[in-house]
Amino acid sequence: MDRIPILKLEDVLLVSIQVDMHDQLALTLQDDLTQKIVATRARAVLIDISALEMVDSFMGRMLGNIASMSRILDAQTVVVGMRPAVAITLVELGLSLPGIRTALNVDAGLVLMREVLARPDEPADGK
Amino acid sequence: MNRPASRLPAIVEQHQKEVLTEWLSNQSASGASRAGRIQDAQLRDESQRFLGLFTKAIQEGIEFDTRSAQWAEVRDFLTELSRSRATQGFSPTQVATFVFSLKQALFKRVTETLKSDPAALANALWDATMVLDALGLYTTEVFQQAREQLIARQQEELIELSTPVVQLWDGVLALPLIGTLDSERTQVVMESLLERLVATGSSIAVIDITGVPTVDTLVAQHLLKTVAAAQLMGADCIISGIRPQIAQTIVHLGIDLSSVATKASLADAFALALKRRGLVVGRAATTPGG
Repeated sequence: MDRIPILKLEDVLLVSIQVDMHDQLALTLQDDLTQKIVATRARAVLIDISALEMVDSFMGRMLGNIASMSRILDAQTVVVGMRPAVAITLVELGLSLPGIRTALNVDAGLVLMREVLARPDEPADGK
Repeated sequence: MNRPASRLPAIVEQHQKEVLTEWLSNQSASGASRAGRIQDAQLRDESQRFLGLFTKAIQEGIEFDTRSAQWAEVRDFLTELSRSRATQGFSPTQVATFVFSLKQALFKRVTETLKSDPAALANALWDATMVLDALGLYTTEVFQQAREQLIARQQEELIELSTPVVQLWDGVLALPLIGTLDSERTQVVMESLLERLVATGSSIAVIDITGVPTVDTLVAQHLLKTVAAAQLMGADCIISGIRPQIAQTIVHLGIDLSSVATKASLADAFALALKRRGLVVGRAATTPGG
């Protein structure tokens, strides 16, 4: 069965979603990611969705859930590379993903993450 | 169709010249040239061409369906005529009258020729009426299509024109909004802004609403949607150009803009954007004698 690979780069976990997400895949990712955060004691999760062309409300909620779970496990989540069409869809669905940090691309995401990790005890939804 | 062959084609061909002369005199009497908008010579030429094509087409038999191949040449001519009249400022009625006015001259000839045979006369008149009505209506249809195309193109241009996304600085975009924001425009604005964000890799967008005449709850909702979508992509938005009356309206309507940075002028917003990018604008050191 398919899985989405989770790469560890220093203290960051990099998840790059390159295939069409279906619900089971999203649930598997949620499982894998939480286990990996605990196992590697990662401080941050970077989710690259630049290849994702379609989202539904379930996917939007999954992203939100993953961010909340990571936060509980003391890891910050940054979602990077969202396409315009996906952003518009999420807004129209009323899912503005509160509490999730976003960046234009992986590069900008890593910079943002370094900034966040450099500030200790930052509230997760602070701008 | 089981009915006696119409005598109309023969009559038209035979009396083409008389019909044309009479038609022209009728047209000039009714002021078809519309106070010199088209020259008499041009009207004469057009009438002659139309009658020629009409005569040619009708020789192939009476066919009421003007969409058929038989009428192709007449149709092309009328299309051209209708379009050119439309741009000259004629009304659809005037264009259609060009065709309808042929009836009077034509009927006169038909009546004279078939005086002795009422059945054939009625038949021929009926054929002439049907065909000319269809052609007249066709000009109206073309006229309307030309107008609709014009309107559609203008509407498109208006949408394109009114949503430019400009780059103020490396990583800073500005979106000067002019005119009322409705759902359709918001969609276009949102899409072009988000696409430019990706293309330029910008992390800050300034939305300037100086040119938006009124802000009601719906417009505010559209604005907030745009801001939320940009934030999802990892870009911050600043709303600028809020006029005093609009600030009052926003508060009276109870619209919550607290999730977005707002500035009174575009200059202030630009300064804030530069600050967030870690850039400083300073006065250049004065050079001696400069």
